[in-house]
Amino acid sequence: MHTVVLTKGVPDFREGQVSFDEDGHLERGKTPTVMNPNDKHALRAAFQTRVRNGGHVSLMSMGPPGYQEVLQEGMRDVYADDLYLLSDREMGAADTWATAMTVATGIENLETQPDLVFAGFKTADGETGHTGPQTAYCLDWPMVTHVVSLDIDEEAGLLRAKRLVDGDVTEIETVEAPMPCFVVADPEFEPTYRKASHRLEHKQLREETQERAEDYEDVLTVWDHEDLNLDPDYIGLDGSPTIVAGVDPIPKAPSEREATVVDGDDPSSLEPVLDELTPFAAGD
Amino acid sequence: MTDHERYEAVVVGCGPGGAAAAANLARNGVETLVLERGVDAGSKNVSGGLIYAEESAPYTIDGLFPDFREEASERPVTENYIHNVAGDKVKTFDIGDLHHHDTAWADSVLRRRMDSWLARRVHELTRETGGGLLTEVHVTGLLREKGEIVGVTCEELDPIEADIVVAADGVNSELARDAGLMDWEDPDEWFQGVKAVAEMDPDVVDERFDIDEDEGEAHLFSGDLFDGVRGGGFLYTNEASLSIGTVFHLDSIAEERAEPQELLDSLLTHPLMAQWLGDDYHEVEYSAKLVPDSKKAALTAPHQDRLVVVGDAAGQMQAQGPIIKGMNHAVTAGALAAEAFADARSRGDPHRAGEFYEKKLHDEGVMDKLRPTSYRAVGKIGELGPIDGVANAVAESAVGRFGVRAAEGLVERAYNSPTLVSMIPDTKLPYVTLPTILGEELGERVTDENHVQPPELDDRIGDLTYDVGDPHIELVDNSFEASGTAVTACPVSAKDFGGGCYRDEMVQTNGHEEHLVSLDTQPCVECGTCAVVADTDWEHPAGGKGVEFEQG
Ligand SMILES: Cc1cc2nc3c(=O)[nH]c(=O)nc-3n(C[C@H](O)[C@H](O)[C@H](O)COP(=O)(O)OP(=O)(O)OC[C@H]3O[C@@H](n4cnc5c(N)ncnc54)[C@H](O)[C@@H]3O)c2cc1C
Ligand code: SF4
Repeated sequence: MHTVVLTKGVPDFREGQVSFDEDGHLERGKTPTVMNPNDKHALRAAFQTRVRNGGHVSLMSMGPPGYQEVLQEGMRDVYADDLYLLSDREMGAADTWATAMTVATGIENLETQPDLVFAGFKTADGETGHTGPQTAYCLDWPMVTHVVSLDIDEEAGLLRAKRLVDGDVTEIETVEAPMPCFVVADPEFEPTYRKASHRLEHKQLREETQERAEDYEDVLTVWDHEDLNLDPDYIGLDGSPTIVAGVDPIPKAPSEREATVVDGDDPSSLEPVLDELTPFAAGD
Repeated sequence: MTDHERYEAVVVGCGPGGAAAAANLARNGVETLVLERGVDAGSKNVSGGLIYAEESAPYTIDGLFPDFREEASERPVTENYIHNVAGDKVKTFDIGDLHHHDTAWADSVLRRRMDSWLARRVHELTRETGGGLLTEVHVTGLLREKGEIVGVTCEELDPIEADIVVAADGVNSELARDAGLMDWEDPDEWFQGVKAVAEMDPDVVDERFDIDEDEGEAHLFSGDLFDGVRGGGFLYTNEASLSIGTVFHLDSIAEERAEPQELLDSLLTHPLMAQWLGDDYHEVEYSAKLVPDSKKAALTAPHQDRLVVVGDAAGQMQAQGPIIKGMNHAVTAGALAAEAFADARSRGDPHRAGEFYEKKLHDEGVMDKLRPTSYRAVGKIGELGPIDGVANAVAESAVGRFGVRAAEGLVERAYNSPTLVSMIPDTKLPYVTLPTILGEELGERVTDENHVQPPELDDRIGDLTYDVGDPHIELVDNSFEASGTAVTACPVSAKDFGGGCYRDEMVQTNGHEEHLVSLDTQPCVECGTCAVVADTDWEHPAGGKGVEFEQG
């Protein structure tokens, strides 16, 4: 089994990490870059196949040289056997389409063709959720999205997945797909290890990957557009059909609303509040 | 036949008993899987604790795990005293002879550190056999096929088959219960241990006890400072902390409706403690656990089918007078069980391991330490009501008191006699009456002022925050008659305290009033007390859930 997991770096939006300027613009320089949180679910899904079915997990990203540390983070916190970074100036400022093109080429450039490619469900900064499906399209592979649990039948060359229908937890369907296949893991993905041998393997592999992450450069491959034989006109900014017409800052919530002070000790003062709320309680 | 995952040996629990069994199985080349429910071995475990290496024992912890003393223990115990307390009068005896009797060495330990060190070794050793150690797995019971035990069932894993299942799952062993070997019915088969760990700079420890860094002390306490509850207290020096605790007969706690945390506080605030605790008492952990009394609870045939039971799970916890020996026996039993399996396997009959194990326990003299003949002959008789009454009366009479004064040296010698202390009956006489008289007649007044203010129960609970998951204990009978004892006996509950596990209340129903008990398992420290003193359906929480001790 060879699996590839796609990831990218995003600003660390957690409280205490992220910083904004006075106008509410993100300060990239002051905000650390971390692995897109949703991609960790994808990596966990890939790790599960590694534990249960053996093989090899490659973690791949397209981005600036600093993304090396994002790859290292994935290797340390979850798992990876080796790392691929697709990086040079020509690839910069790519939209989701140009990214998908580049990444798909990266995948095709690997020594062995993977059986599975995993992506996370949308990024914390772009929030588009396009890159994964577009990459599947470039590869011309079947794709299963919103996957919450996964079983591989290697002999039959099939994967069996439970997925959320319409991304909704209330409806779950089981699907089968031939491999190679593209899998988008849902944030609800739960790896399961019900066998002692799997847990022992998990424990061992976790120890190994943490050690490996300390010297991650040894297993890191960096490819530029020439390595991938990519025409600069089709990648990066030049290859991006998306036109960003403008960015509307989200206005701050007006703080000077009329406020009514309610005395909590006086039940009668709560009546008007209840009257106000009643229509919402009905669900409209 | 169902297609189960299979290992040659499954060891349940990685305390000293499980660790010893696993290490010895691995050394014999047996493919061994160890399952431990804590997030880390030791995160569930509490002991006093002094671990003894007995000269007469076939296995010791440092024999099985070289470097144990350098890496995993705290301080060697070089001095051992017992203090007989009567009010503020104290008579101290040096019980070094009893301590050193049959002792190659004895070290103080903190279980989180000790057990997680052992677990790392165990994982390395068992890994080489094709097995290994897994934490956060709660073994729920025995897997049976055609009525015969063939493996274990788990909450987090599918059932696992094995040629031998070693139940080293400690006190309140769900496996021993499932096999019908243990019930949790009689409070007089158990002690309850409660303990506080107080932080202290190593230099301060050295100074207050007047010891070097490679020395340590053990102090035991008995007499009238525990409201007549049968049992005693202890204080042991660690590298950078003190372990201070109490061990009482559970039936006595139940009868007296004693509050365990208050008994601990009585010890902590006694003037005698001032010299050691100083003005800067900082409690870092409060913990509790049941302790079996081997004299009554040790299984004479601790096995069934492919199951062998070792350590606390088999009741192998010896109270040698005031000295508590559980960990060393768990180690010996675990290693003997492994040896028995290796023997049985080499004879081509692995399923006879249990029988061999039982024989080894007898041949190696372990059984006689756990259930001494001298206690059966003398101690048990002493527990009969009339005799106890007479003995108490004599001891308290002028004659008795005169005897004590006249024979001070003899009393000290008696405390140091392993045979005599093993005969001690479970009555007030040795635990309360005699020590009190000793204190009164021979003791000196302690004039130090003790400024220690032990934390309130809710602060103690507050320091132990954790996710218990689903409630793991169910109240079967919530009437006060059936389960009310838990309100006081539970070490994290107290009468008129709302923040603990057990509460009692008067409830009006159909015109009459009922005295009922309610249970909230959130603050539970999994001590096991209410499994015995209340009518409950008692299980351990799921793997990784529940209390997590940092010290132990
Ligand atoms: C306050 C106090 C003071 C003590 N003082 C001393 C002393 O000074 N010296 C001494 O020698 N002894 C002392 N003891 C007794 C000693 O702690 C025990 O006898 C000893 O720990 C027994 O070892 P064990 O390996 O049998 O069980 P434990 O050490 O209890 O280990 C059992 C292990 O099994 C795990 N487990 C339990 N159930 C399951 C399950 N269902 N699935 C998976 N894992 C499970 C537990 O998490 C634990 O790690 C004291 C005890 C107490 C409470
Ligand atoms: S609820 Fe029961 S097991 Fe839990 S701490 Fe209280 S007495 Fe012990």
